[in-house]
Amino acid sequence: MSEIRGRAHVYGDNVNTDVIIPARYLTSSDADELARHCMEDIDPEFAAKLKPGDVIVAGENFGCGSSREHAPVAIKAAGISAVIAGTFARIFFRNAINIGLPALACPEAAGDIEDGDEVAVDLASGRIENVTRGRSYQAEPFPAFLREIVEAGGLVPYTRKRLAAR
Amino acid sequence: MGRTITEKILAAHSAQAELHPGQFVMARIDLMLGNDVTAPLAIEEFRNIGAERLADAARVVLVADHATPNKDIEAAQQCRLMRDFSREQGVGRFYDVGRGGIEHALLPEEGLVAPGECIIGADSHTCTYGALGAFATGVGSTDLAAAMATGECWLRVPESIKVVYRGERKEWVGGKDLILYMIGKLGVAGARYQALEFCGEAIEALGMSGRLTMCNMAIEAGAKNGIIAPDAVTEEYVRSVTDRDYTPQSSDPDAAYAQVVEIDCADIDLQVAVPPLPENSRSVRDVEETPIDQAVIGSCTNGRIEDLREAAQVLEGRSVHADVRLIVVPATRRVHLQAIREGLAEIFVEAGGALSTPTCGPCLGMHMGVLAQGERAVATTNRNFVGRMGHPESEVYLAGPAVAAASAVLGRIGGPEELP
Ligand code: SF4
Repeated sequence: MSEIRGRAHVYGDNVNTDVIIPARYLTSSDADELARHCMEDIDPEFAAKLKPGDVIVAGENFGCGSSREHAPVAIKAAGISAVIAGTFARIFFRNAINIGLPALACPEAAGDIEDGDEVAVDLASGRIENVTRGRSYQAEPFPAFLREIVEAGGLVPYTRKRLAAR
Repeated sequence: MGRTITEKILAAHSAQAELHPGQFVMARIDLMLGNDVTAPLAIEEFRNIGAERLADAARVVLVADHATPNKDIEAAQQCRLMRDFSREQGVGRFYDVGRGGIEHALLPEEGLVAPGECIIGADSHTCTYGALGAFATGVGSTDLAAAMATGECWLRVPESIKVVYRGERKEWVGGKDLILYMIGKLGVAGARYQALEFCGEAIEALGMSGRLTMCNMAIEAGAKNGIIAPDAVTEEYVRSVTDRDYTPQSSDPDAAYAQVVEIDCADIDLQVAVPPLPENSRSVRDVEETPIDQAVIGSCTNGRIEDLREAAQVLEGRSVHADVRLIVVPATRRVHLQAIREGLAEIFVEAGGALSTPTCGPCLGMHMGVLAQGERAVATTNRNFVGRMGHPESEVYLAGPAVAAASAVLGRIGGPEELP
């Protein structure tokens, strides 16, 4: 996987799925349509100011609330290349892994990166670099089990392989 | 070292003798659930996987409950997709409008959940079924797709937190108050990734309805699952809805817990959680004088017959305040029918309330009671996040049915003992 590099959009703790993608848009599963409304209720400018490759940086419990996979789908389709947070809510985290949106838990990075900083991420090592400030941080590595899913490209190709092996 | 009920159920479903928290397993899933928001995406991913048939149609349940009766054309298309898929794949347990109701109230009532079972649902409140001593957790749509294709789901074995409720509940205090109080102590991330195991005399004395309310909101503390060891209450409930065999599990006395939380019920008043997080719970007395525009009684948290009875007890012979809209939503078809038979429906309508057909509608701001800018609701639902019930500048206060009903009459937040 290529290196991830982009500007950081920084949010606080407990960013929940109701603000990542409000329920009023859930009658669509279309990724581009969802992306247009991503983060709209906490940051109405989000879709407009975003550049492809940008990263979201947030505090504790990112993605708490509903199981709606529309949340990571909207974030990914909006052009975000990775989410870095202090911690993740578990369903958001598994959804992100399953659909191939890199989600890195790193309290140190979450506490230090400021809005607009340029950030680079090396997924293989979990190394996060703050290019603007010349600092770097180490994210928790994925357990071997999850690495298999990530390396397969997500749960769909992973399951396809498992079924073929039966 | 002993094992927790959660570890035992996961071990039994992954053919592993020993399991430790933190370990990953491929678990055999006894029942998998999707709804009209999450199933369409799951069906798409099921096709992307290249699976032609469900691993086992009998283990799949699909429920049309979120935007139903179809609120608009898009919602109608989503439901149609589920309906067509169910026909194509022979899903006998597709619950359409008028047949089912809100999934987490419906599945236990239909006898689809039993102690010791392992259940996933593409809905975060799937953790509700832990009330019956099952392992149940919310997953995403792609997880559901993979489980539909293989019958299995990857899971990380969680650490457990034991929450012991001592003593007796005060008058009117129910499962909702017990769980809101606990979330207030632990915080919305206090049990992140962990199992919340509820026990103690106050839990033993709680009926199945209150237990379902409690496990329903385990996710609101970030938990993977909520669970209560099966006892005589469980046995009686399960036997009233199904006669199939099951293997109950319970925690060993020397099981290891990440944390033990002791709560004395003498400290628990009727609770209200102020926006924007369920952890902002406090005694109803601390938020009196908060005027409201709407009261909602329903949802998978508090839309069962016991909840409607409690609300009706408060509302009987009284009128909803002139400035308040009261919306009552029986959680399922059976609850609706029972409410009619017992005369509860009449009490709600006579008091000036609007009685809805079973739906999630207002709970997630989908339809049937969306809030305008600046409006405030008290609701028996489970989330009070920004914009949850409508406009981003509207507010939701969470409470149990007695407080919601009393507030509807008072025109402000308050408990039933304040009514004349
Ligand atoms: S009632 Fe609310 S919380 Fe329960 S399943 Fe429906 S939308 Fe989710």
